[in-house]
Amino acid sequence: MERIHLKLPLDRETVLSLTAGDLLSLSGVLYTARDAAHKRLIEALDQNQPLPLELSGQTLYYAGPCPARPGFPVGSAGPTTSGRMDAYAPRLIEKGLVGMIGKGARSPEVIAAMKQYGAIYLGATGGAGALLAQRIKKAEVIAYDDLGAEAIRRLEVEDFPVVVLIDTRGNNLYESGPAAWAGPVASEPSAGVK
Amino acid sequence: MSRQIECQKVTDAVALLCQQANMELSPDIQHALEAARRSEPSPAGQAILEDLIENAALARQKRLAICQDTGMAVVFVRIGQEVQVVGGSLTEAIHAGVAKGYREGYLRASVVADPLLRVNTGDNTPAVIHYDIVPGDELEITVAPKGFGSENMSAVKMFSPSAGIEGVRQFILDTIRAAGPNPCPPIIVGVGLGGTLEKVTELAKEALLRPVGSANPKPHLHQLEQELLAAANATGIGPGGLGGRMTALAIHVEAYPTHIAGLPVAVNMSCHATRHASLNL
Repeated sequence: MERIHLKLPLDRETVLSLTAGDLLSLSGVLYTARDAAHKRLIEALDQNQPLPLELSGQTLYYAGPCPARPGFPVGSAGPTTSGRMDAYAPRLIEKGLVGMIGKGARSPEVIAAMKQYGAIYLGATGGAGALLAQRIKKAEVIAYDDLGAEAIRRLEVEDFPVVVLIDTRGNNLYESGPAAWAGPVASEPSAGVK
Repeated sequence: MSRQIECQKVTDAVALLCQQANMELSPDIQHALEAARRSEPSPAGQAILEDLIENAALARQKRLAICQDTGMAVVFVRIGQEVQVVGGSLTEAIHAGVAKGYREGYLRASVVADPLLRVNTGDNTPAVIHYDIVPGDELEITVAPKGFGSENMSAVKMFSPSAGIEGVRQFILDTIRAAGPNPCPPIIVGVGLGGTLEKVTELAKEALLRPVGSANPKPHLHQLEQELLAAANATGIGPGGLGGRMTALAIHVEAYPTHIAGLPVAVNMSCHATRHASLNL
């Protein structure tokens, strides 16, 4: 399948047109945020404080990169498990967030918010942090520096590879994919070293 | 006769092992990934396995972490009873080695000082250290950084003996199914059977240190390993959870005697980055 090349930030119309299973190549600006940053964003919303970034139309990358070696923008930077952000995500989607990049299952509440407001859930390859870091051209902490790896970073990415995991109609690749392949394996499992 | 080992040597060894484990995927896992790539019929699954193989090569070549979750450092120490550690505290020397290894290797600091207050310690310390006292005059150190995408999907259950092998099998497969895409399949699963509550979880962790695809020497346990692997790969979860046949690279079972009233089971989930590096001082 050919990858669809898209510019970031994503516009709502494009987001609505995507289907679970589509392979995308993203270029432009993303923001990292994981557990501790999400907690702070929600606390800021609760207290009517301004957020350190304009969420509307943005895509968050659930990631906490390794420190950068000198001369590089970032260390390994793969996705973290998205489910830990489920408690916070619907609130951010309501505030205009259009995209989330991570790995792993989402809650029915998140999927309901995605359908209601038109947001998309994208997957980057879990465990491929060194590979994904090659597509990150710039990284800059823009908020919560004290959180270290969990600070919010503004990333400039080029041809960042993702797959649509859950689309705005609720189609879920984590359900359709495994359903197509479930069943006993005919041959002897041979993954190990013989 | 006792043999003296300087604390500084321990610190340097641990620092080296932290970097080696995090940047160099071990050959057994490398081979298992390549074998899985050859066996995987699902195109989406193949693409994930190709990413992981390329990622491992890149990490090794550019001295990058295989995964940005460089884990909490789990350290196994087998200390000969004839060894005398001099120049400080062995435990402190290990923690210092973790701090040095993570700092110098540009590895992520992922440890918070208190599970409720949650302030990052900044240097990935403390480590979780397991000591074993053995005959001899050698000091063997294994560093096994453990990521939490998979650690969080682990489970332990204290069964009654009546649950039997069927109950055990069901629990392990339920844990794998419930984890689904979260622990970054293809997974490696460490299973502990027997002992007590804390012993069974240690067994599960130690099972992850075995070379991938190695067999438990006891035939009934190896048979269980093979049955579980076949069942895991029939779930359809596949690499990345996107659907496929290669859900697990290996399932290792370790057992220990237990109480007449108990059948403890622990399942320690791990991803392809089941990292460990050892050194003998």
